[in-house]
Amino acid sequence: MDVDLLVKNVIWKDKKAFLLVNQGTVVDLTFSLPRVNCKKEIDASGLVLLPSLIDAHVHLRDPGFEYKEDICSGLLAAVGGGFGLVMAMANTKPVNDQASVCEYMLEKAKTYYPLGPVLAPIGALTKDLAGQEMAALGELAQAGCVAFSNDGLPVLDTELFRRCVEYASDLGKVVIDHCEDPFLAKDGLVNEGKLSSFLGLKGIPSVAESLQVARDILLAGYLDIPIHLAHISCRESVELIYFAKKKGIQITAETCPHYLWLTQDECAHYNTLAKVNPPLRTKDDTLALFQALREGIIDILVTDHAPHAEFEKNVPFGEAPNGISGLDTALSLSLKLLTKDFTWSDLVCLWGKRPAQIFNLAFSELAPGDNANFILVDPDYPWKVTKKTMLSKGKNNPWIGTTLEGKVMYHFLQGELVYSCR
Amino acid sequence: MQWRHKHLLDVDQLSKEEIIHIFGLAKNFQEINQRPVKKVPTLKGKSIILFFAEPSTRTKTSFDIAGKRLSADTFSLAKTSSSLTKGESLKDTVLTLEAMRPDCIVIRHWQSGAAQFVSSQIDCSVINAGDGWHAHPTQALLDGFVLYSLWQTLEQKKILIVGDIAHSRVARSDIKLFSILGAKVRLCAPRTLLPFDISAWPVEVFHDLKQACVGVDAIICLRLQLERQEKGLLPDLREYSQRYCVTFEHLNLAQKNVKIMHPGPMNRGIEIDSSIADCKDSLVLDQVQAGVAVRMAILYLFILGTN
Repeated sequence: MDVDLLVKNVIWKDKKAFLLVNQGTVVDLTFSLPRVNCKKEIDASGLVLLPSLIDAHVHLRDPGFEYKEDICSGLLAAVGGGFGLVMAMANTKPVNDQASVCEYMLEKAKTYYPLGPVLAPIGALTKDLAGQEMAALGELAQAGCVAFSNDGLPVLDTELFRRCVEYASDLGKVVIDHCEDPFLAKDGLVNEGKLSSFLGLKGIPSVAESLQVARDILLAGYLDIPIHLAHISCRESVELIYFAKKKGIQITAETCPHYLWLTQDECAHYNTLAKVNPPLRTKDDTLALFQALREGIIDILVTDHAPHAEFEKNVPFGEAPNGISGLDTALSLSLKLLTKDFTWSDLVCLWGKRPAQIFNLAFSELAPGDNANFILVDPDYPWKVTKKTMLSKGKNNPWIGTTLEGKVMYHFLQGELVYSCR
Repeated sequence: MQWRHKHLLDVDQLSKEEIIHIFGLAKNFQEINQRPVKKVPTLKGKSIILFFAEPSTRTKTSFDIAGKRLSADTFSLAKTSSSLTKGESLKDTVLTLEAMRPDCIVIRHWQSGAAQFVSSQIDCSVINAGDGWHAHPTQALLDGFVLYSLWQTLEQKKILIVGDIAHSRVARSDIKLFSILGAKVRLCAPRTLLPFDISAWPVEVFHDLKQACVGVDAIICLRLQLERQEKGLLPDLREYSQRYCVTFEHLNLAQKNVKIMHPGPMNRGIEIDSSIADCKDSLVLDQVQAGVAVRMAILYLFILGTN
């Protein structure tokens, strides 16, 4: 048999395996050395094979804020981080609330990365994200939006939100809700608690999130329509989602690596790199989130990649914008989740299989005939997070200066090498 | 004493010994302030920039006089006359100021953490003259100095702080300072004006002013910002004063000769009864007087101390 590519000695499901690729698709993935003639061969000893992953929540800042990030740099960070598809939020300038903006994004991504990573735009739920009028959801869906969200600016008017959710469901699209009561969270800068009191900063209470989580759960149950909850950060929300799932309500939820590995203490000394919305919470909240991920209460991991320019974060805490630039470090950080009860395939579920199910996206699991979209990960590779090693334009990452273990060594999309660490 | 601090950001960076050392110096400077010629050449040739991005009369004047009495050259910059109103970032403003080679920048800013931010950007000494709700170390040091001068110790003294603790940098720094000096701190305020979770603070919390006053040695009244009512934290000022205005009735529950303090500016009749503000046990003007001496001590130590 003739094939384009043989990846040999790779680790797949804890065993040594061989991946055969021809014309951009997987021919076979076997545990014994196949007899083939290959144009190219890679010895991947010690590297773990994973399908190319999905990040269902990023901000690429393009159009409008290209100084923070653009589609080109954002997709580069995605591909280096192991992601073959990213879902980009609508808070660009202009807002992605019309087909022309959506088409611009898709066009630019295709031009720079014809093989992928794929940019999957999320359309604005309301016009200009203003929370006043429903956006042209049909037009946006037709143009290529895969979901809708008012991320960053939660819809205050529950009646309008309900109608948006109903309308989106006709189009077969899920609404992603940023759960935050804007009154309770107003002017807040960090989690409300001992630290906010000590630092003299206005707090954001966890109930500002869980209250809206409860609203969305009740609404999803009443309408019998799915709603996806963005960046869950606290225990009370987890408890409500557990209740919802037990009742069979169509609720799905995501959290981010920073809510698992960091607490509000990161903001002591007014560290603006740890300023993010929802805010980093307490140790107890991180424990609840860990458990929720292991038990499937929280469905997926996302980065909420929110790049900013350096000068924007180099200001007093209260003036700094919210957000962490997360595409570069997300996979390395989530490797820390692995235990004997939480395997590589659980990880692939969180970062690929589940988001593909929720948002109805194509996802290659490397079965014969699937697109050859895969990454080769060195799980022990130590690398220092620096401005140079980060591929995103946004260097606002609280792990900067630290050493993480595990990195994507190669990323193939449609059988072609699109990223190599070495 | 070998002085190890370059910046004064908050009182919790200081040890008890260092605080007492500041008090000792302040006492000497207070004597200078009583002389007919109130000037010494200690900081001759040093320049101090007073950068007040938020309105202030007493703190700014106090620093200005303190600097001048030590023969330093002081330069004032207010927000309205600074480039901050033209959209310049705080970083660029202070880098510009630093390029003029001052020895010290005294900063007042509405953002909590602003003084720490500035100290991380520049090389000269930074003195925090109040940052947001976070800290006001020189006010705490002068409050402590006034009581220490009177009592010679703060150990086991009961000090009550009444009013808007949540939004008060004075309260935060006072609590830290009094605790370092061994005093027992009580707070009294409606829950809406207390920080959300202060279980970690070394304080005893009261919501009833009469109960809070029993047996205390000093009462510090905080200014009620009138905008708190607009934000829905209070019904109205009349109700607030009925519940939290310190009057003679309260003094009778406290220790004999209980001392009354206020960081100013006062709302007479709202947080403090007018006649109490002027009574013999009121230390309000002693605080202002002590402010100059304490700030002289601070400027001296933080500018010359680390050389």
